[in-house]
Amino acid sequence: MKTQYPIKGRKRQKMKRLMKILVSTVLVASLSLAACSCAAKGGDEEDSGLIKVGIINNDPNESGYRTANDRDMKNTFTEENGYDASFYYSLKNEDQIAAAQQFIQDEVDYLLISAAGTSGWDSVLQEAQDAGIKVILFDRTIDADESLYEASIVSDMAQEGQQTVDWLASQGLDEYNIIHIQGVMGSAAQIGRTGALDEMVANNDNWNIVTQQTAEWNAENAQQIVQSVIDSGESFNVIYAENDDMAKGAVQALDAANISHGVGGDVIIIGFDCNTWALEELLAGNWNYDQQCNPFQASYIDDIIQNGVSQKVVIMQEQGFDATTITQDDVDNYGI
Amino acid sequence: MTSSGNKTLKKNGSIGGFFNKLIHQQIFIPLAALFLLIIFNLIADPSFFKITMGESANGYNVLSGYLITIIDRASELAILAIGMTLVTSASGGQDISVGSAIAIAGSVILRVLCGTNSRPDHMQAPIIVAFLVCCVVAMLFGAFNGVLVSYFKIQPMVATLILFTAGRSIAAWINNNELPVISDPEFAYYGNFIPGIPIPTPVFITAACIIVIALVLKFTNLRLYSQSVGINSDSSRLNGINPQVVKLITFVILGLCVAVAGFIKVSRLSTINYSVVAKDIEMDAILAVALGGNALSGGKFNMTASIIGAYVIQFLTTTLFKFNVSSTAIAAYKAVVVIILVVLSAPIVREKLGKLKEKVLPSKSAKEAA
Amino acid sequence: MEKGAVLEMRGICKYFPGVRALEQVDFTLRGGEIHALMGENGAGKSTLIKVLTGVYPKDGGNIHLAGTDSAVNIRSPQDAQNLGIATVYQEITLCPNLTVAENMYIGRTKSRLTNWKKINEDAGKLLESLAIPALPTQQLGSCSIAVQQMVAIARAVDMDCKVLILDEPTSSLDEQEVEKLFKLMRQLKEKGVGIIFVTHFLEQVYEVCDRITVLRDGKLVGEYIIEDLPRVQLVSKMLGKDFDDMADIKSESDTEKIDYNSTPVYEAHELAGTTGIKPFDFSIHKGEVNGFTGLLGSGRSECVRAIFGADKVTGGTVKIDGKTVHINKPLDAMKNGISYLPEDRKRDGIVGDLSVRENIILALQVMKGFFKPFSRAQAEAFADEYIKLLNIKTASSDTPIKSLSGGNQQKVILARWLLANPKYLLLDEPTRGIDIGTKVEIQKLVLKLASEGKSVTFISSEIDEMIRTCSRLVVMRDGKVVGELKGDDLNQNKIMATIAGGESK
Repeated sequence: MKTQYPIKGRKRQKMKRLMKILVSTVLVASLSLAACSCAAKGGDEEDSGLIKVGIINNDPNESGYRTANDRDMKNTFTEENGYDASFYYSLKNEDQIAAAQQFIQDEVDYLLISAAGTSGWDSVLQEAQDAGIKVILFDRTIDADESLYEASIVSDMAQEGQQTVDWLASQGLDEYNIIHIQGVMGSAAQIGRTGALDEMVANNDNWNIVTQQTAEWNAENAQQIVQSVIDSGESFNVIYAENDDMAKGAVQALDAANISHGVGGDVIIIGFDCNTWALEELLAGNWNYDQQCNPFQASYIDDIIQNGVSQKVVIMQEQGFDATTITQDDVDNYGI
Repeated sequence: MTSSGNKTLKKNGSIGGFFNKLIHQQIFIPLAALFLLIIFNLIADPSFFKITMGESANGYNVLSGYLITIIDRASELAILAIGMTLVTSASGGQDISVGSAIAIAGSVILRVLCGTNSRPDHMQAPIIVAFLVCCVVAMLFGAFNGVLVSYFKIQPMVATLILFTAGRSIAAWINNNELPVISDPEFAYYGNFIPGIPIPTPVFITAACIIVIALVLKFTNLRLYSQSVGINSDSSRLNGINPQVVKLITFVILGLCVAVAGFIKVSRLSTINYSVVAKDIEMDAILAVALGGNALSGGKFNMTASIIGAYVIQFLTTTLFKFNVSSTAIAAYKAVVVIILVVLSAPIVREKLGKLKEKVLPSKSAKEAA
Repeated sequence: MEKGAVLEMRGICKYFPGVRALEQVDFTLRGGEIHALMGENGAGKSTLIKVLTGVYPKDGGNIHLAGTDSAVNIRSPQDAQNLGIATVYQEITLCPNLTVAENMYIGRTKSRLTNWKKINEDAGKLLESLAIPALPTQQLGSCSIAVQQMVAIARAVDMDCKVLILDEPTSSLDEQEVEKLFKLMRQLKEKGVGIIFVTHFLEQVYEVCDRITVLRDGKLVGEYIIEDLPRVQLVSKMLGKDFDDMADIKSESDTEKIDYNSTPVYEAHELAGTTGIKPFDFSIHKGEVNGFTGLLGSGRSECVRAIFGADKVTGGTVKIDGKTVHINKPLDAMKNGISYLPEDRKRDGIVGDLSVRENIILALQVMKGFFKPFSRAQAEAFADEYIKLLNIKTASSDTPIKSLSGGNQQKVILARWLLANPKYLLLDEPTRGIDIGTKVEIQKLVLKLASEGKSVTFISSEIDEMIRTCSRLVVMRDGKVVGELKGDDLNQNKIMATIAGGESK
């Protein structure tokens, strides 16, 4: 038993030496890989000339928007289009950062990130820069130095709100009595879409808020909120719902109470996000307006990778659809 | 479901005595909370209680008003409270996966009705078939939780955390990440109105569930078994009860409740958004049980009190909507009210209150003693 | 202080509300001896140990340790440890996921920096010197229970303890492991450590101890050198019956009526369970009252639990009225007409929050079936009948059972099983912890049931109760059936001799 410890000690030293050899091998190997720039994962991928991209996104199950976004990414970054894409999904910032580190080790050419949280990205982006990997942010911005990423492709939620409010103002009603159904409080979309309306209401006497409640993106909560206003007997002529689901819930409540809505109806219905089914409601004249929140960043990113960066922050083109002018083509092209 | 209220009246014969007894009844707390909410609304705005008959979009007369909204909207919660009460009683813990399980149950219904096309023109299967499939699936998930709790002896909250986390992804997978929509108006009857009947259908469904559970409690030993197991599982075993099976059964019953609640939920909108449907409903269901004065550590339970608890929660929510409490503050208001109710229902506080009453009204109790 | 003593406790008193747990108890431990502390449950052994280790503050008396001039004041287990008093409990209190060495030194390293290499070396030396078959770097959890026990002792020894308390260390060990433990204890004894050994096993006391101190009802009975105290004497001192003067009390039951040639109501052959009792044979006839006796931990409760199927049954055959049946769970036993009143009323008997009524009907209700609940009126009728019959003092049948006194709770449980109308009743300590009046009532009830043709197995730690009620006694020691007494053999002397075993004369 006494002789145990020296052996143990020697073992441990041996282990240390082994570790050193291992680490140095890995280092050498990765360096040589870096030199040839395209990763040699398997024999068949060698010299394929594909651009290797690592895509870090939020969970596609999060919302219809995200599902459409993910589908768009998958359709764009294909082998036919010259890409070798790997995907990672998480709603957690730490997990995403860890994934980014993994992609850096895997020697991707481009790192595409839709960050779950705004902070904590500096060091990993620095790592990427040091490794010569180009970073493009999409959909979400982060709190990091601009020099750490190539470009950022985002929707401007405040602009979406403004476009919508402008459209509403253009309807020229004598009085605007609005049921305002908000998203999850504090989310970027809620802040942007609420801001424009609040400002308009504050500056115009004929714009009134009947009720302003959060339905937390939930159709059923929206239904309850509208139901509550109907029960109270207060009059209203606009429902401004910050996403399509909530607009749908609101309309259900109106239907139950036999209040007409949509084109030619008593109540103007406004939704956001341009879900296919929502655009179809527009087409049928049940709703009045839907504002796009463009989930299709892939083409912008593709453009940057192929043709280089033109500007740091790319704000995507987003449009609103009016029930009186929408066409089936719009539904097919813009529905998500 | 308890007749002791009437009995105490007979025994004491006086209103004061009756009230005294009532204070010590478990059902007192949710009833008192309901009473306070009613009084508050009565003073603040009596029109709260107005019920009107109006015409709905499809041309039928339907009732509307805040009270109708409350009994309609509390339906899912009341149904869930039934199952949650039983699970709490037998296992001494709570199932936190009911919200996710509703997402699954709802997705299953829509999947069966839609078939392969996410937005069919006609339903691909009879509604009853979809509902039965959904019941089976929800009960299987309930059984999954139940097996973890009873046979693997995992804490209920930890065991159901698994489904809580995974449930909405499973729901998404069931419909291939699509958001299915049923356009057939018949499907919407169950979450809204049946043509010609002025009362919302969920009210009838809930009433049916309450009657069923009342009958089950009357004609089986479910109450005795689950209470025994929850209070003393060793004793129960030595009296021939199989505690594992009893716990499993309560989870399966909760699964059935989830199926019914999920059915109402998807029928309300004829579609499902699995990421937000029935979000946080598990917390409200647990709260309903707690508001009913039931010990969350298991054992004795009062089903009526739990169900009233569910209506109290909806009453509160509707009241807050009615008074236009700002979005950012609504959660805080709810929390304050809940804290008050829960603290009041704690046995130690009620004991103190009872003593305080003795002090304030000594003559009365002395008279009664004489 | 006595010469050679390492510990002297003088006039120790400890009171709990309503109970004199220790009354003027003296205890002396000498260096290099193994000193058994004996007594039945409730005698005050564990209270004395807890006073000594600072878990309870004492209400009177002094404690002296060798090397200190004045009496010491032990206020916490930490104090006791610093004074060189180490304790090893029945349940291992170490961390199974740490290594052996870590367990030996955890919480004791004085410097902030821990030199694990040195600690491992020290631990290795110590383990070797005590011949404990464990490596310092091994995970504790991977060692056998005995070795874990020994590591706990090694940890105590390394703290330079002068007094080592072993509280039931052998109850989860097999014979070979016990041997190893004893070897270790003898080594420590040679090193001059004073060891206090608390155990229920008489054999072990006589194998390893030098001296015995006996406590009973919180009082000191005496301190004896092992050679001067034969087993029978020890048992009689523990039970408080003077061996020679005990009057024989004849059973009041009419044993003549029992037909021993008939088919037994219950018959078990080689019945075996997982609870540490050896497979045993047992049978009981119609109208017979028998008893299982033995010291606490002898396996008497485990036997009746095995009969009822309360614990996992692993082997043996059981016949009811001559027909082979399978009893694997309580419900099987209940359906075959067997009832069981458990030893631990609070843990296994009552369902505390339920009403007296629900507690009474529980067993019969379960037998009747899940889908056939009794009507409220029927349940109330049952409850009222038995409340009257057994004279249960309760405000109403709606009162929760937990608010009743112990004796009345016991009567409710009895009522539960009488209502189930069994052929064969197993009563494990039905008289424990209840007042004397109720005790007599219950004994009378047992005899009455027997005269009505029911069979009863009655267990009591009070031997005269057993003699008064039983016509036959099965004696157990260390998990084995060691004798069966009936007729003229059924007297205190013979019973105690059989319980003690070995040198009965």
